[in-house]
Amino acid sequence: MRKFLEGSHAVAEAVKLSRVGVVSAYPITPQTHIVERLAEFVANGELNAQFINVESEHSAASVVLGAEATGVRAFTATSSQGLILMSEVLFNIAGLRLPLVLVCANRALSAPINIWNDHQDAITLRDSGWIQFYAENNQEAHDFIYQAYKLAENPEIMLPVMVNMDGYILTHGMEPVDIPSQGKVDEFLPPYTPPYKLDVENPLSMGLLGDPTVYLETRYAIQKTLEDVLKLIPKIGEEFKSIFGRKGIALLEKYKIDDAEDVIVAMGSVCGTIKDFIDKKRKEGLSLGLLKIVTYRPFPKKEIFNFLKGKKNVFILEKAVSLGSDGPLYTEIKSLFEDSLPKICGFIAGLGGRDITFNTLEKMLAVGRKEMVSSYFLDVNHTLLRDKFFI
Amino acid sequence: MFGPLVAKPGSSKDNKTGSWRMLKKPKFLHENCIGCGMCKLICPEACVTKKDKNFYEPDYSYCKGCGLCSYICPKKDIIMVKEEE
Repeated sequence: MRKFLEGSHAVAEAVKLSRVGVVSAYPITPQTHIVERLAEFVANGELNAQFINVESEHSAASVVLGAEATGVRAFTATSSQGLILMSEVLFNIAGLRLPLVLVCANRALSAPINIWNDHQDAITLRDSGWIQFYAENNQEAHDFIYQAYKLAENPEIMLPVMVNMDGYILTHGMEPVDIPSQGKVDEFLPPYTPPYKLDVENPLSMGLLGDPTVYLETRYAIQKTLEDVLKLIPKIGEEFKSIFGRKGIALLEKYKIDDAEDVIVAMGSVCGTIKDFIDKKRKEGLSLGLLKIVTYRPFPKKEIFNFLKGKKNVFILEKAVSLGSDGPLYTEIKSLFEDSLPKICGFIAGLGGRDITFNTLEKMLAVGRKEMVSSYFLDVNHTLLRDKFFI
Repeated sequence: MFGPLVAKPGSSKDNKTGSWRMLKKPKFLHENCIGCGMCKLICPEACVTKKDKNFYEPDYSYCKGCGLCSYICPKKDIIMVKEEE
């Protein structure tokens, strides 16, 4: 059934249909509507789950860690400061190989405090062992939830998934979303059967000391498993398509890229703007395409290389920066190419919710054609900058 | 692929933390012990056991040499000595 929903509510519907058993979260803008709606579902008896109120995101993450450890499908959602407050526990969840699904409504990090969208929060957690997806629209955010649980709970994978959706742009933006029937969701996503769990009838310990003789192997195992994830994601996408009749999860999505000389690389909702921009530029005779990164972790190196090799110019547009270095996407994509072609340029835009418009993209093309840049900040208002602290 | 992540209860015994001990270890003199059991209670590794009346012994396989048993003993019947003694 198609419903006109904001992204937060589209996600909440998917979490409900995924029959989660425990939800715990702490309110933070712009994520709050997701768990608010889930709390309503639980209160109304529409979702048979425990909603556990906590005093911080660190506790919320700890509660869902515990729930997953006892073999229950669990869910949490957060943003920005909440995500980094959770970070200690998030590393543990990946290390313990618990298949949690978390939605991050992407938001800038303080200071200065800013509640608007960029990708710095999730990108900062890129080394944690979590799988990361980036949704372009509300339908994707909704669909990714089912596929995230399906992937995470695969007994050979057992890794957590972070579904990223742009704060406000998606969480508060209204779009028609196709909500499947419970029957179809149950067909795609059977109940979770944990390969191991905390159980008083059959006691075992999790999270034990991993001294120098065993720790390295636990990390190696995650690294190798993430290689398997790259192979599994397209298969899960196919299975999703066969049941629900629309495109499923993928590593990458290409838009008018095959015959394109120049390619823009980006993640998340800005890809919608870029697609419109490409249509406009193609009418003007420019040979431009988009490579949308859906799966950021594990990073689909081989596939990205295959799509970009032989191209003339590559413009990497990202909403995060490794301060003191370059944009993380730029660094990783640049490392795939030993040759000077394609010419790869890195751009930072949209930090803290600054709109990325056609003008931004025009500027990117102009600079990228002329110069060799690795972390060029687009739309900087230089009149705001001084040499000294000022009031 | 998985590393060693879960274990049956009791597996901590495999970690012989006595190897972490540096410089000094407790020596139970067995001269003035009144059997108060404070050494057993305070040991963070729970590696002091009562062998007999007024006779306690640490398990050096797990003793990290923190010295708390020696500190708490009211009869000064436990002293810290060099590892090789």
